[in-house]
Amino acid sequence: MSNEGMSGFPLAIDGGNKPMVSFKKVTKSYGSLTVLDSLDLDVAEGEMVTIIGPSGSGKTTVLRMLMTLETINGGVIYVDGQPLTHMPDGGRLVPANNRHLRQVRSKIGMCFQHFNLFPHMTALENCMEGPVHVLGLPKKEAQERSEELLKLVGMADKRNQHPSRLSGGQQQRVAIARALAMRPKVMLFDEVTSALDPEVIGEVTNVIRKLVAEYNLTMLMVTHQMGFARDISDRVCFFYGGKICEQGTPDELFGNPQQERTKQFLSAVKEAV
Amino acid sequence: MSYFEFLAQYGDRIISGTLVTIVLTVLASLLAMAIALAAGLMRMAPNLLVRSVATVYIEIFRGTSLLVQLYWIFFVLPLFGITLEKFTAGFVAVGMNLGAYGAELVRGAILSVPRGQWEAALALNMSPAKRMWRVILPQALIIMLPSWGNLLIELLKGTALVALIAVADLMFQVKQINGTTFLSAESFGTALIIYYILARFMLTPFMRWLERVMQRRLGRA
Amino acid sequence: MFDWRWDFTWEILPRLLVATGNTILAAVLGYAIAVVLGLVLALAQRTPSRALTAVVREIVEFIRSTPLVLQIFFVFYVGPQFGLRLSPWTAGMAAIGLHYAAYLSEVYRGGLDSVPKGQWEAATSLNLSTARTYFRVIIPQALPPSLAGMGNYLVGILKDTPMLSVIGVAELMHTANAIGSETYRFLEPYTLVGVIFLAISLPLAGVLRLFEAWVRRKLGMS
Repeated sequence: MSNEGMSGFPLAIDGGNKPMVSFKKVTKSYGSLTVLDSLDLDVAEGEMVTIIGPSGSGKTTVLRMLMTLETINGGVIYVDGQPLTHMPDGGRLVPANNRHLRQVRSKIGMCFQHFNLFPHMTALENCMEGPVHVLGLPKKEAQERSEELLKLVGMADKRNQHPSRLSGGQQQRVAIARALAMRPKVMLFDEVTSALDPEVIGEVTNVIRKLVAEYNLTMLMVTHQMGFARDISDRVCFFYGGKICEQGTPDELFGNPQQERTKQFLSAVKEAV
Repeated sequence: MSYFEFLAQYGDRIISGTLVTIVLTVLASLLAMAIALAAGLMRMAPNLLVRSVATVYIEIFRGTSLLVQLYWIFFVLPLFGITLEKFTAGFVAVGMNLGAYGAELVRGAILSVPRGQWEAALALNMSPAKRMWRVILPQALIIMLPSWGNLLIELLKGTALVALIAVADLMFQVKQINGTTFLSAESFGTALIIYYILARFMLTPFMRWLERVMQRRLGRA
Repeated sequence: MFDWRWDFTWEILPRLLVATGNTILAAVLGYAIAVVLGLVLALAQRTPSRALTAVVREIVEFIRSTPLVLQIFFVFYVGPQFGLRLSPWTAGMAAIGLHYAAYLSEVYRGGLDSVPKGQWEAATSLNLSTARTYFRVIIPQALPPSLAGMGNYLVGILKDTPMLSVIGVAELMHTANAIGSETYRFLEPYTLVGVIFLAISLPLAGVLRLFEAWVRRKLGMS
């Protein structure tokens, strides 16, 4: 992690309107390849932001860095006013240690393209794992919470099945319930329908629609499902070459793209459908 | 005495022992490979008797320890009229033991050669022997080489046991040296280092080189 | 030619069977040490410290590449050279436990590596601690692929116990040698040793295969 330029960054972000997630001048590179280039991105509380763009544009990296699956090479990421990747130490920001990471990270949940359910546990056990062993909830309470969430995603009747017995769409729904069981403030969806057969994509997108409608969760989503993104997002960001090329409301970005690159991308995607 | 003095005084015995170990390893390897090929092929023969003979041999030599087999071959076989000189008994025991493990490797590798190869050879009207020798085995060989590498290291380690029937290999020499000098760390330690060098820095690279050569010859490099 | 004497056979059988108990005890103890120590060695190669990983790696390679019988001699005789007396059992267990720990650590490494990367990421996304991630998520999934290797080495350690005879541990081989030197008859003792080993190792291999299938079923991953 880079320590340079830490002086320009606040130790915390306060105020009633503080963003739930804030990327400040965030850079990520693999060797000589720069994947994210001094990114500034704020996501307000309860906002649903979709990130679209060609592969290699850095969109998945944004989510993975927020979930601390990747390290950061420059800049600071803040979650709920607190720095995530760094921590305050004697009036300065220094790279965060494990304890700090775990503490701030607890506010974020993530769903993956390949579900990543624990194969040796049933759907219910998958959902209970976090609450019992990380949040320290008593088993009974964790079970109630998990069963409620499985009901929400429509998987209550399959709660005692192992993932190997579930279809892709079913597994992804369980994965969503599992992430929600931790009561995160921010939910990340990393191409959650890309590995699904077309006919089950609807199951998953409907669950996400429900979440948007009924909960005030802050969400960041990377997807190729443009229609879906247009329907439910508050804001859409088009990434290109590690930077935000253009962003706006769905109507603005899809209906009236300003940048040349955005137009090219959107028309290419339309042709593919 | 310092380690250098130790090496100076006993170095020649250690080297002579190492040479014996290397010769034993080579002879046992050749025997093991021949037996593995024969037994592996026998295990796949249509004839039940042939299959059973191979299976019994493999199960006995894999199910008992090398040390027991070594003692049996050296001490008990003479009662059946087969008296082997101890050096011979040594590499025969090691070769037969590892040949049993090798047989399974051979069998597995032959079975891994794609079905289409057998069919193509048949379509060309090749006799079974020609088919096995010209088409199947060369391909099976590449498949088995990595596992054979591990097996040969086991074989090298196995040769150390012949010291217990007084064959003058590396193990025997350092045991003698320890017996007279009680410099266990130096004597046994040196032997450990030599075995390590033989296994990791000579045998393993040799097998990798062999793999590369074979892959080139089979046009797969 | 051979003249198998059955009366002699029955005479020595009880003594050999008692020694078999020692053989089994040595195998079980040695394996128990190896199972635990092997996990330590495997996990030591997964820490962020590159130096530690490299050192442990070399140690494991060294132990796996050198003869067990030599390691047994080393452990038994080096101690006294520096004033530390180890009993044959202690030295034997230490040597064989360490030797098989090195083998098992490779089996564990393979099992751990076979767990898909996504599982680690899912555990991170649920904010599971490192310990929980290993014990609740990773190791249960690393176990089934490791079982075949672990079973092979259990059979292997049983068959390697005769090497302990060289430092005087009173197991099966040692007893057979003793009988042979006392009576000058090697045919029956050595053959019986072979038979006893077969009688234990073959069924053991079968039981282990059944056990492996059972574990896979229990973990719901058939």
